[in-house]
Amino acid sequence: MPAKASGAGASSSSATIEVPVPRRSLIPGGTLYRGNEGMWSWVLHRITGVAIYFFLLVHILDTALVRVSPEAYNVVISAYKTEIMGLGELALVGAIGFHALNGLRIILVDFWGVGTRHQKAMFYVVLGVWLVLMIGFTPRHLMHVFGG
Amino acid sequence: MTTDLTLDNPRTPHARTKRGINWEKWGWIYMRVSGVLLVVLIFGHLFVNLFLGDGVNQIDFAFVAGKLADPFWQWYDFALLVLALIHGTNGMRTIVNDYVAKASIRRILHAALLSSTAVLLVLGTLVLFTFDPCPAGADPELVASFCEDIL
Ligand code: HEM
Repeated sequence: MPAKASGAGASSSSATIEVPVPRRSLIPGGTLYRGNEGMWSWVLHRITGVAIYFFLLVHILDTALVRVSPEAYNVVISAYKTEIMGLGELALVGAIGFHALNGLRIILVDFWGVGTRHQKAMFYVVLGVWLVLMIGFTPRHLMHVFGG
Repeated sequence: MTTDLTLDNPRTPHARTKRGINWEKWGWIYMRVSGVLLVVLIFGHLFVNLFLGDGVNQIDFAFVAGKLADPFWQWYDFALLVLALIHGTNGMRTIVNDYVAKASIRRILHAALLSSTAVLLVLGTLVLFTFDPCPAGADPELVASFCEDIL
């Protein structure tokens, strides 16, 4: 049933507007914001943002070693070529990929006229594009890391 | 000092309490503008360093020197450094504001974010623009092939 919402406050006109009933979520769970795509996209965006931030701090420092000596740089960078770190790089690329695509979704929600209405669909587009990019990257990276 | 957290009722009209530049608004805009640019810059960064050629195995001093000898990559990496670091720091500031209720702790964390960002911005910029791809006395095995004429 479409809910009726009237204008706020005494100053507005008495016209009522139709508010469409929110579409049912594909993810079972809470009501409104809680437990649905909107919440999980936010949780993932926040966690990936923090993870990338701390990597960036380390990454600026390890790159700064090119200014120290070729030996110093090569020794530290060789740590990135181990198998454990190779898996870590995969996770990092996955995190950045999600944060980047979902960031574009946030921008569309903010600036695109019908962005809020399509935020759920856009979340699944983000997951789909992310999956395609990861399918392109993962085998190649694993071959580099594990030889082949 | 007590924590003073008052929230306006919903639908309370926006009241401008301060004059001057609305820094929160410009921070909000910066997150979006830098985000769009970072999508392009980070995709290119990962594609060239981690996907093309030998992937992660190709990265060593000679590889980086080969890139940073070219002003294009110097300015590319400079844009990446500035945009990503400030974007990340501003995002962390938002998170601190969300979770840290105590004003004194919040101030300490803000100061830590600001000072570490300032140090890394200066360090990263100096590295990018004072870098010597063929350092004097370096092991010829470890530097880029174009250093032969110079060393
Ligand atoms: C790849 C391109 C990127 C895009 C499109 C992007 C986009 C965004 C957007 C739109 C926001 C929300 C800002 C707001 O709500 O006001 C955000 C938040 C954030 N971003 Fe990014 N970003 C990108 C890269 C990065 C990088 C490289 C870092 C780390 C250095 C980072 C760290 C963060 C953090 C920590 C937040 C705050 C998260 C939160 O408040 O929950 N982002 N990003």
